[in-house]
Amino acid sequence: MSASPYPRRQFTNALALGLGGVATAVGLAFLASILWVTLGRGMAAFGPALFTKISAHGAEGGLANAILGSLLMDLMALAIAAPVGVMAGAWLAEHARSSRLGAAVRFLNDILLSAPSIVLGLFVYVAVVLPMTRWSDGAVSFSGVAGAIALALIGLPVIVRTTDEMLRLVPGAFREAALSLGIPQWKLTTQVLMRAALPGIVTGVLLALARLAGETAPLLFTAFGNPFTTLDPLDKMASLPVVIYQYTNDPSPDLHAIAWAGALLITTFVLLLGLAARGLLHRHRTSP
Amino acid sequence: MNSTLILSIAAEARERRDARHDAWFRRLLLAAALLVVLALLGAALATLWGGREVLFGQGLDFLASSRWDPVAGEFGALAPVYGTLVTSAVALVLAVPMAFGVALFLTEVAPPWLRGPVATAIELLASIPSIIYGMWGLTVFVPFMARIEPALSATLGRLPLVGALFQGPPLGLGLLTAGIVLAVMILPFIAAVMREVFSSVPRELKESARALGATTWEVAWHIVLPYTRPAVIGGIFLGLGRALGETMAVTFVLGNAFDITASLLMPGTSISSAIANEFNEAVGLHRSALLALGFLLFVVTFLVLLAARLLLRRLARREGTG
Repeated sequence: MSASPYPRRQFTNALALGLGGVATAVGLAFLASILWVTLGRGMAAFGPALFTKISAHGAEGGLANAILGSLLMDLMALAIAAPVGVMAGAWLAEHARSSRLGAAVRFLNDILLSAPSIVLGLFVYVAVVLPMTRWSDGAVSFSGVAGAIALALIGLPVIVRTTDEMLRLVPGAFREAALSLGIPQWKLTTQVLMRAALPGIVTGVLLALARLAGETAPLLFTAFGNPFTTLDPLDKMASLPVVIYQYTNDPSPDLHAIAWAGALLITTFVLLLGLAARGLLHRHRTSP
Repeated sequence: MNSTLILSIAAEARERRDARHDAWFRRLLLAAALLVVLALLGAALATLWGGREVLFGQGLDFLASSRWDPVAGEFGALAPVYGTLVTSAVALVLAVPMAFGVALFLTEVAPPWLRGPVATAIELLASIPSIIYGMWGLTVFVPFMARIEPALSATLGRLPLVGALFQGPPLGLGLLTAGIVLAVMILPFIAAVMREVFSSVPRELKESARALGATTWEVAWHIVLPYTRPAVIGGIFLGLGRALGETMAVTFVLGNAFDITASLLMPGTSISSAIANEFNEAVGLHRSALLALGFLLFVVTFLVLLAARLLLRRLARREGTG
């Protein structure tokens, strides 16, 4: 290569490939900086008060109510999105594999996957929060349920897509064997195919959880926020991302520190979930 | 004779029952699938309905006016629309070549043992919640930008034509900063698509070019890129769709100013950050204007994502037939 008769082309080649390496390094540097800062600032404010005190105490408080609210809403969101998503994915894989309607739904699901989450928040505000306010004469307005519905809309397309893909990976021989025994389609789907694809489907649910757990925008106008602890799904509910958002907007450095501790919690949770999903998928793929 | 008759009647009854159950099962699954469609349709209709006062009451004035004054009850979408478009454009200008570089590095340059870990790390960028990007942007990146912005003004700001983009006080906050943060956020999405489609290029094509003496770069630029062009553009549109709708990351670093400025160093606003900042305090016409902005954002991102998916599908189809 050193004795190339085309020094200029070799130079362009080296330059382009070198720039590719630089671009990768810059991307990794951003990742390292984000993780490093989150870890450093988060650890600085980490302490037991985070889990025992509530955000009503401000700088002397913690995030207990927000952590509880986030857990509750995330679980409610999964309770909505998982069954609906798995059923929709099963329909796509088993009943609409090559139909026109199936193609359209698959297409729209992919769009929902990257639709702006803030608009989904507005949707739930108009479709859930406003009617609930009207029917209850203002007794119920923003609520944990509304927040969970908004989060469910974020997680739903992830579950639909993974379920669809995972069911399609189940070999056709499973279907033929079961149908030849005279098993009805619904038993085949629920008891044979879903069981075979279970690790994959669980992966989808974990990925959906990882995605919706960090969402802030759709919660702002649905669950709103609450400085106190509540278990009532019809009450305004605090969440980790929204408290972080409010604290970061606040000029007080003490609140910033708490926000960073919360940010560390969320980031760790989301990244661990991602790793777990990846590991599960890997085991599923490599097992015979 | 009699017993076989009874058996066959029983079997027939069971078959009919199974068929009925299957039909119900199928309808249930279909209903779940239609919920996906309903979610998209609902988002469009709900924001359209919520924003009707402004959308139909002011019509084109809403789109053409740059005055946003909640106290006077005047709402023009131009400033947030401008901010959304400019930040997304900055993000694309930076993220597309970077993503190409990353994909090139991961498919052609890096030794195989390095590819997996680096690809995973780049993908991690996509799983970090956007609020973390916002906090990091505000506490780390904004001060950094404030330090280098005087240098930008002194160098790029002197250039003809593009110079005007880099004039202004070194605030750190602003359209450029938001654009860069967005670029980092959408980089993994574009890079993942590029990497995937680059490795789908038939070996024969690449090896033929190699045999004719093409360098790695020439293979990438003249063979790989043209072959995968629709999908690459699809990936770029996918990133654009993300950038347009991103809220939390830009809200912190944009500065929240309803101005339209030529300079990228000045603070601005965007559709999503205007909604996030003002919605909970807004009533009446103000709220309607924000919902109308949401409708605009939804329609634009829908069209961009639609184009993205259609382009991505084109390559998949060619692969299927080829």
